[in-house]
Amino acid sequence: MKEQLNSIQQKALDEIKNAVDIKTVDDLKVRLLGKKGELTAILKQMGQLSAEERPVIGQLANQVRECIENDIGRKKEQLKALETERKLKKETLDVTLPGRKLEQGRRHPLNIVLDDLKEIFKGMGYSVVDGPEVEKTEYVFDMLNTDEGHPARDPSDTFYITDKIILRTQTSSVQIRTMLANKPPIAVISPGRVYRNDEMDATHSPIFHQCEGLVVDKNITFSDLKGTIEVFAKRLYGNDIKIRFRPHHFPFTEPSAEADFRCFKCGGKGCPLCKGEGWIEMLGCGVVHPQVLLNCGIDPEIYSGFAFGMGLERVAMMRYGIDNMRLLYENDLRFLKQF
Amino acid sequence: MDLSMKWLNDYVKADMPIKDFVAGMTMSGSKVETYRSLSEPLKNIVVGKVLSIEKHQDSEKLWICQLDVGRDKPVQIVTAAQNLYTGAVVPVVLDGGVCIDRHNNTVAKIKKGKLRGVESEGMMCSFDELGLDNSDFPYASPDGILILNDDPDFDKFAIGEDICKAVGIDDICVEFEITNNRPDCLSVIGLAREAHATFQLPMNLKPPKFKGIDCDINGELSVTIENTQLCSRYMAAKVKNIKIGPSPRWMAERLRACGVRAINNLVDITNFVMLEYGHPMHAFDARYVEGNKIVVRNAKEGEVLKLLDESTPELKLTPDMLVICNEKEPMALAGIMGGEHSGIRNDTREVIFEAACFDGVNVRRTARKAGVRTESSSRFEKRLDPENAKNALYRALELIEELDCGQVANTVIDVYPSPAKPFSLKLDADWVNRYLGANIPEKEQFDILRRLDFTVNEETKEVAPPAVRIDIERPCDLAEEVARIYGYNNIETTVPRLSSHSVQTPMELFQRKLLGIMLSQGCCETMTFSFISPKGYEKCRIRESDRESVKIVNPLGEDTGVMRTSLIPSMMELTARNINARNLSGRFFEIGRVYLPAGDVNVLPVEKDQLICTVYGEGEDFFDIKGIAEEITEKCGIKARFTALRSNKTFHTGRCAEITDSEGKVLGVCGEIHPIVAENYGIDKTRIYMLVLKLDEMLESAAEDTRYTALPKFPASVRDISVVCDGEVSNGEIAELISGKAKHLESLQFFDIYTGEQIPEGKKSLSYKLTFRKSDSTLTDEELDKIMNKVIGALAEKNITLRS
Repeated sequence: MKEQLNSIQQKALDEIKNAVDIKTVDDLKVRLLGKKGELTAILKQMGQLSAEERPVIGQLANQVRECIENDIGRKKEQLKALETERKLKKETLDVTLPGRKLEQGRRHPLNIVLDDLKEIFKGMGYSVVDGPEVEKTEYVFDMLNTDEGHPARDPSDTFYITDKIILRTQTSSVQIRTMLANKPPIAVISPGRVYRNDEMDATHSPIFHQCEGLVVDKNITFSDLKGTIEVFAKRLYGNDIKIRFRPHHFPFTEPSAEADFRCFKCGGKGCPLCKGEGWIEMLGCGVVHPQVLLNCGIDPEIYSGFAFGMGLERVAMMRYGIDNMRLLYENDLRFLKQF
Repeated sequence: MDLSMKWLNDYVKADMPIKDFVAGMTMSGSKVETYRSLSEPLKNIVVGKVLSIEKHQDSEKLWICQLDVGRDKPVQIVTAAQNLYTGAVVPVVLDGGVCIDRHNNTVAKIKKGKLRGVESEGMMCSFDELGLDNSDFPYASPDGILILNDDPDFDKFAIGEDICKAVGIDDICVEFEITNNRPDCLSVIGLAREAHATFQLPMNLKPPKFKGIDCDINGELSVTIENTQLCSRYMAAKVKNIKIGPSPRWMAERLRACGVRAINNLVDITNFVMLEYGHPMHAFDARYVEGNKIVVRNAKEGEVLKLLDESTPELKLTPDMLVICNEKEPMALAGIMGGEHSGIRNDTREVIFEAACFDGVNVRRTARKAGVRTESSSRFEKRLDPENAKNALYRALELIEELDCGQVANTVIDVYPSPAKPFSLKLDADWVNRYLGANIPEKEQFDILRRLDFTVNEETKEVAPPAVRIDIERPCDLAEEVARIYGYNNIETTVPRLSSHSVQTPMELFQRKLLGIMLSQGCCETMTFSFISPKGYEKCRIRESDRESVKIVNPLGEDTGVMRTSLIPSMMELTARNINARNLSGRFFEIGRVYLPAGDVNVLPVEKDQLICTVYGEGEDFFDIKGIAEEITEKCGIKARFTALRSNKTFHTGRCAEITDSEGKVLGVCGEIHPIVAENYGIDKTRIYMLVLKLDEMLESAAEDTRYTALPKFPASVRDISVVCDGEVSNGEIAELISGKAKHLESLQFFDIYTGEQIPEGKKSLSYKLTFRKSDSTLTDEELDKIMNKVIGALAEKNITLRS
């Protein structure tokens, strides 16, 4: 019986060794260890054995069973790993083939810029205000110290609907509306469309976008304006940006300034982008003219303010290196998809 | 304003490097656009003298010249020029020199070499090759070498001297961008004043003086201002025994550097004075001042004037135009341009100089109406100081005497009905510091104003701006003067602590949400013009009543004539453009504004934001655009209904749905664009799908918050049914029937539509998946059967049967 057991073990191990798939091994297991299996058949003969032999053979039989089971287990694992490997190999893909994406739409570049500006100013405590584009001359000109006869009011510059109604040439009209409707403190930005009587070309458009800002409160100064623009510039272009303030003239601010940013392309050495100047004109600004406050019923003895404004097209064109303004309004998909 | 640095140096010695000058002026408020050396690109060209000429042995046309160019030994130059002679003084480009090649409009570099075997060490040149013209050298022949022997300054030329210096092009022209409030800086003296204040350099300016001859001009001329509103001052002076001739080099070169061509001494003097003092002048030939009367008045209906400018046709005058007249007729368009008839000619013997002050707005309007814009009008339109008229006139008379071109009558006429009153302000240095947020000592503030030519009384704190500074009116103007000269960038920067909070409007937040949805749907955002061609309405077959638009009086063109009441024409146009650009499929959207007239043109229109979306190309159909609409409404918490709309002519009559909220309020429309509309935009093969939503209405119907629904505790039961119905019955009707009857229905999902075999002609089959669920228990099969029977019964009543 001992020999029988040893021979079963030997045969089993050989067969397991030679098995090529899991099914063979499973069948083997049933044939050897199953209820009607070879090993079971031998164990059934245990009754014929002597009392001394029985525990010895029983132990041996258990050893043989354990040995075969372990070997089957090992073999199965081995075969499974092989099979998995084979399967994966079969499923191998060319990972350099293009991916499949759920394509999202794209924001218009002007609005990407506007979103950035809004975020920066909202973070500084400004609210976004909106106003009509078809606007009264009163709000666009009269109340901003731009009297009848001022060149900006020329039909060659401004689109007229009637003598008193125009397409706004600046979003400053929204500032007037804000000051008329609210008491200081005021801190707003008024982004929006503006209109000038210019033919469309690479650098001009009859419709373009501005983002203006206004702060009115007690003790607001020119140095506050400078500081605000500086913070804005740093948030937009990083802490290394350098800016300078250059005297300028606007009828509704006094003093008035233009803020130039250090050319972000050449760092100030001079290049075609900055026309060799090393500086790029970015925005107009100034301390709100006391007369403008007065026009809006705000006492300039108590309150003061500053205002600033910039063209979104300019910021966007510089940021993305867009060399022709027409592209922004042609809405060619090949252009829009780049942002 | 183009400034000659040489001219500026007559008043302020600004001899720092030009880069520093330009930077300093820019930062104190006179922005420099650009600057250039007038001698650019000329190099290594000197005054030379021909010592001898001999014929080239191998050529009929070439000459071999020996020239003295101020070196140890003469240079030899071979030339084809035929106008040379021994003793001729000429410009010589030496080896390595550069002159201008006018024929090819390029730069010519001169190198020594051999011409037909004979050594030539340079080139003699013409005025062309120096970049100059006949007006610079009236005596010179336009062909051949420039021979300087006839030059009035001949005895000043030194052999070997740099030619640029000799003929006065050793100058730099600086181009300033002057802001509208500073017409005083459209002048050499104005800019000199700024340079004086900016660089703290001494200024050398004396009031002009003339001697004159005894002559009471009042006996010979009278001046009347009829419209003192439009002419605040009129000065006139008479010059007799005029000798017209060329101006001296110093004057011509200064004019040239400022971009003005020299013509003759009289004309040049008026231009010179305008550039120097910033005050335009005019000169009349006294012969044509008929009746010896000058009348400043409005033109009369029917009057005409032929201007000096040859290109302008005879001008029909209108009564809003101010004119300078003689006894009978207009002689000049006030402040803009003189008439041809009364202008200066070569035989002019007596001249009347005008220095006046005209109303800026009137000058600008008249100039625009007449279509002429001159150096004079562009100055007057910015408002000039009447006081400065006197300086200008006196300077002109001083120059007449200096150039010896006539005899000046020693009395002048000055009609000045209400002279400008002296004006002064109090400087409150503390206020200025508070206003600016600066800390500039009072003394420094006074110093700055003094440097700007203000009269300062430190005791009373009174400061009086110079008369030309009519822009200074208030304390804030003083603050700006102090700040800009002190330096904007020297003022500290502070960040205000705002006591306001950022507030966002519901519409702002709503649009932000929409934006996210649209981008997630793969739509690219567009940006279109708010004005359109009225033809756009026609092309899009927009309802007549929606075509009433706000009209622009002065549009760029017909294509941009009205403010849109619909976003569809703009969207169609950009779609067509994209299809033409072979962008074969696309998804676009825009949140844009429409402008709805208020009925009364004097009332502002109502401006409303709308969302428009378009899709086209392979795989896109009606249900894609509807899907976008559904995604939007669902995400906004709106229970939208889509009902077939056949009356909207923009859309396919069978493929258009009106979108309403649960209460029936119209939110928008979606559908396939009508083939005629597509055709109107040249689109023939591609089907276009469009969606328009009104944002105000959407926002009103939108649910404020999303509420969470508990996850189900009991399993769902699902039943599929297929029904057969008449072809005209819509899914909407069937769905409504089912939803109305099916108790515990959680969702109803349409999944198939079929016509064809097995279905009778004119009928169709629709299939649905019905999902049922109870919140408190599992539905039993019996319960479900009961519900389904009710549903089937209700359908049957409408002649909708189960498909066997």
